[in-house]
Amino acid sequence: MLRIDCPWCGEREEMEFSYGGQAHVAYPKDPQSVSDEDWAQYLFMRDNPKGLFLERWVHSQGCRRWFNMARHTVTHEIFATYKPGEPPPKAGQ
Amino acid sequence: MQRFSLLSLLQNSLSGHTDWKPFWRDAAPKPRYDAIIIGGGGHGLATAYYLAKNHGITNVAVLEKGWIGGGNTGRNTTIIRSNYLWNESGALYEHSLKLWEGLSDDLNINLMFSQRGVINLAHNQADVRESIRRVEANRLNGIDAEWLTPEGVKAFCPIIDISRSARYPVLGATLQRRAGTARHDTVAWGYARAADSLGVDIIQNCEVTGILRENGRVTGVRTTRGTIQSDKVGVVAAGHTSVVASMADIRLPLQSHPLQALVSEPIKPIHPCVVMSNTVHVYLSQSDKGELVIGAGIDSFNSYSQRGSFHVIEHQMAALIELFPIFSRVRMLRTWGGIVDVCPDASPIVSKTPVKGLFLNCGWGTGGFKATPGSGWVFAHTIATGEPHPLNAAFSLDRFTSGALIDEHGAAAVAH
Repeated sequence: MLRIDCPWCGEREEMEFSYGGQAHVAYPKDPQSVSDEDWAQYLFMRDNPKGLFLERWVHSQGCRRWFNMARHTVTHEIFATYKPGEPPPKAGQ
Repeated sequence: MQRFSLLSLLQNSLSGHTDWKPFWRDAAPKPRYDAIIIGGGGHGLATAYYLAKNHGITNVAVLEKGWIGGGNTGRNTTIIRSNYLWNESGALYEHSLKLWEGLSDDLNINLMFSQRGVINLAHNQADVRESIRRVEANRLNGIDAEWLTPEGVKAFCPIIDISRSARYPVLGATLQRRAGTARHDTVAWGYARAADSLGVDIIQNCEVTGILRENGRVTGVRTTRGTIQSDKVGVVAAGHTSVVASMADIRLPLQSHPLQALVSEPIKPIHPCVVMSNTVHVYLSQSDKGELVIGAGIDSFNSYSQRGSFHVIEHQMAALIELFPIFSRVRMLRTWGGIVDVCPDASPIVSKTPVKGLFLNCGWGTGGFKATPGSGWVFAHTIATGEPHPLNAAFSLDRFTSGALIDEHGAAAVAH
């Protein structure tokens, strides 16, 4: 089980959190003009890297707030957690 | 191929079983093939076998980065059924089940295919409605399906607790009598042996590191054992499909998760069928060795490590004891995990791609084992002819653009 550092509450067990998939997937700026291909990209296509992944989590059994996490998908090492709106940490930090 | 028969068994017993030949040659890669299959799991090997058998394309290489039977084919809970909701899925999985019914003869190997029946439990009114709807949909599609009352469930599987006082009481179940289990690693070995005998090269310890392209066409692959040319490449890499597809700059709707299973110590035969429950979330059968084979859920987060979290197993045990109080003191022997590629609509992708000559067979998620023969059958057709078989036409990659999704979350049985 992961030990996750909620940016608001501090370190808690993974059981308290829910997963939200890839982070930084922006809603289309002008939805009326988006093509079917671009909708498919927005709705369904996701990065699925073997290595560093930026992903969303929500502290559903705690403060119920969303945040982002940089994590390795093989070792499960958590490099950073950060609040929505903040830029992802640069590689190596 | 050294065929198995009563006579060959007797002959080899006289020589102390020292004359059996290896199931397949240890092939080294040739510079060029008519088709390359990336991924030597059940689906990849079945594809190679049907390419050779149905389409006469025998100059085929199956590239496996590990060893045959070491991936998800050897890690699943061996359940086979075809009771899916929609017409497209029903047709594909039922074609697969029909192939299973003759597969031991076809491959000349005992797959220990056992049609012991699979029941899917309903624990609330929503389950009941969804289950009965699925039974009727199955019957309209010519797939055997029955609705069982709680007493009917008890008659079919006497060790299950159907008391009304349970936290999630059993309100009924669907039953597919033709469904069951097979010995999973023999499926991989059997397809490998049969494909090899038709001329297919099975190349282990050969990891693909690049996909070569020219003018939008695939021309071959780069591997840890050198470059191999081919005009047709099929990717059947299960949990690692996204990694391989990204080598050809293709982005997929897949997410990779660990899915766990576990077995108990061997006990005497007590569990006559396969029981699955979406709601309390456990699935259970008993192997011929006597172990209880128990399927768990997926970890919620993306992962490529072939291990899952312990709290998932803990949850599984709670569900198991809820349904089968008789197992409260059975000891578990071992747990393991495999990486499954989950699609948003819980249906597979068996499809052409924007790159000419490059084909995908992926997204089987938590339930690919049952589809092994059918998946290989239709994917071989897709690779050989360049166009999908009628059974996999609906499972194309562009359904995510057209919106024609095939939502099988109800029938997939493992929550994602």
